[in-house]
Amino acid sequence: MKLIVENLSIHRATQEIVSDISFELSSGEALIVTGENGSGKSTTLRGIAGLMPLNTGSIKLLDEKGKQFEGEIREYCHYLGHQNGMKPSLTVRENLDFWQKFCGDPDLTIEEALDEVDLAHTIDLPFSYLSAGMKRRVSIARLLVSDRPVWIVDEPTAGLDAQSVRMFTGLCHAFCEGGGILIAATHLPLGIETEKTLEIGG
Amino acid sequence: MSTETIKPSIWAFANPTRFNAFANKAIPVFAVVTFILLTIGLWMSFNAPEDYQQGYTVLIMFIHVPAAWLSMMTYSVMCVSAIGTIVWRHPLADVSLRSAAPLGAMFTVLALATGSLWGKPMWGTWWEWDARMTSVLVLLIIYLGLIALAKAFDEPSEAALPLAVMTLTGAPLLPIIKWSVDWWNTLHQPASVSRFDRPAMAPEFLYPLLVMALAYMAIFFTLHMMSMRNEILARRIRTMKMQAARERKSGGGS
Amino acid sequence: MFALLKREVLLSIRAGGGTLTGVLFFLAVVSVFPFAVGPDTKLLSHLAPAILWIGALLASLLGLDKLFAQEREDGSLDLLVMQSHPLSITIFIKAFAHWLMTGLPLVLATPLFGIMLNLSPLGIGATMITLLAGTPAISFIGAVGAAVSVKLPRGGMLISILVLPLVIPILIFGVAAITGALEDPAPFTAPFLFVCAITLFTSVLGPLAASIMLRHSAD
Repeated sequence: MKLIVENLSIHRATQEIVSDISFELSSGEALIVTGENGSGKSTTLRGIAGLMPLNTGSIKLLDEKGKQFEGEIREYCHYLGHQNGMKPSLTVRENLDFWQKFCGDPDLTIEEALDEVDLAHTIDLPFSYLSAGMKRRVSIARLLVSDRPVWIVDEPTAGLDAQSVRMFTGLCHAFCEGGGILIAATHLPLGIETEKTLEIGG
Repeated sequence: MSTETIKPSIWAFANPTRFNAFANKAIPVFAVVTFILLTIGLWMSFNAPEDYQQGYTVLIMFIHVPAAWLSMMTYSVMCVSAIGTIVWRHPLADVSLRSAAPLGAMFTVLALATGSLWGKPMWGTWWEWDARMTSVLVLLIIYLGLIALAKAFDEPSEAALPLAVMTLTGAPLLPIIKWSVDWWNTLHQPASVSRFDRPAMAPEFLYPLLVMALAYMAIFFTLHMMSMRNEILARRIRTMKMQAARERKSGGGS
Repeated sequence: MFALLKREVLLSIRAGGGTLTGVLFFLAVVSVFPFAVGPDTKLLSHLAPAILWIGALLASLLGLDKLFAQEREDGSLDLLVMQSHPLSITIFIKAFAHWLMTGLPLVLATPLFGIMLNLSPLGIGATMITLLAGTPAISFIGAVGAAVSVKLPRGGMLISILVLPLVIPILIFGVAAITGALEDPAPFTAPFLFVCAITLFTSVLGPLAASIMLRHSAD
């Protein structure tokens, strides 16, 4: 599997946010996107996830034989943005259950996924009862309940303590070892051997 | 809890834990009193003579009039609770207000429904937009609005002050309902309603009515206490759940 | 997709009793009319279909502003948009759930308010049927308004302004159908079928327009 991004540039209104981004990632590789605040990291990630219209450039996702995947790239991606995408009035289980069913391709069960992020005991509590860091961990568990070959994560460790950050890097390792492609905007090195970096606006 | 002795005062019950201990004992007593009063009241009501004008439909009055009184009394209780919330910020006042609202709504619905049942044979219509009925309907809307407001907050204690302020804002409605029949003698001249308000009423109607009113009050206090106890317990469960979410952190590990 | 429907229903039950608020608003609107018009029973029963329809119309607009704005706020919208399901189907389900929890309770509450307005049983039946057929269209058209104003911080008012003119045809045919049922020379079937047609039409077009809007509102 290969993700090829060529000459990406994205405009917002009339302003150019990022331009001329190209990179290539194959199975098991991770890309760390760095750059100053306002350099367009989030925009780049959203562009790849199909959430921003591209001004120029192309994104291709190819399988082993070099054949392009059917449909849109976004259908093969997990996106973890700044917000968690969870409803405060539903329980943790109801939230994750919904995303698992809605996204399809179930992978881990909800119990297993919560165990991975060390939150198994909160499964029947309303999401609003959790602290900010715990909420973040639940939304990391969302990445685990459905199977997607590409993870696009934007500041995934915001609000996490040191122990949880280690837990998250562990999950990223496992994901890449399993043949996944990871794109992360973060200032913390994830410590993955196949890590590439992309500096934006530097 | 400490073992110190506190002078028995009204404030002794103002502690939620003590209130619940008191409620656990008082509720059975109130329930028995309610049952006895209701039995006597209903027996007296059904043995009341037929009214020469209204016939059997006069019996509805024994259900209807106390319900209407209670719909207003409940609101008064809520107003007192509201003052308790605003002046002393006491958590129990908020619990009392919040628990009384559904009961008030229930009595109001009962008053409106029985009034409507009575109105059909007497006035030939289920509903009439006269001053009394309309103002009671407005009271119902206020009750339901307050319930909706209480539910709209995620954190129950945050709803306390808004609820209290809204409750007091609605308070001027009570005198309007009370004297609506005197102030606006609009269409359906509601003599048959206001007649019961005057003491100049035949004793064979008055006594069952008074017993029924006492029974209704007993129902209210029993249910109100039960509802307050539930609310206190529900809040405690909520707090415990939130603690449970945070606690496991240190001992955790997968 | 059933999961989405279940989630929407759960949300509207949990989040502050949205259903209760809708019916309560309906009740408030209906009971304000006699104050303005006067308590004349004959006049009220004549106006009842119109009052009930206007009340239902206004109550159906409630919560439309949250349809997508709230999803956008908590980041769910991105995830809803990214999936392989056609976006218009997702929007259809969301709008349908909105009707289920806002419009349908209004239909069920209609007999009570009909009695209060002295409407005849036949009139109540006709009002219920036309509301049942017509109110979904308000949710479907409302979805477009909600999608257009999704980025605006206080889009609630704007949605009402945008949507109200568009739902006037439903109001016209809905009230016409009730009049048709109650008064002899006027037909019931023709205006009623118009109401059904508008609902079916908007159930396709509304989600489609909203999906185009949401795709391009990303930022």
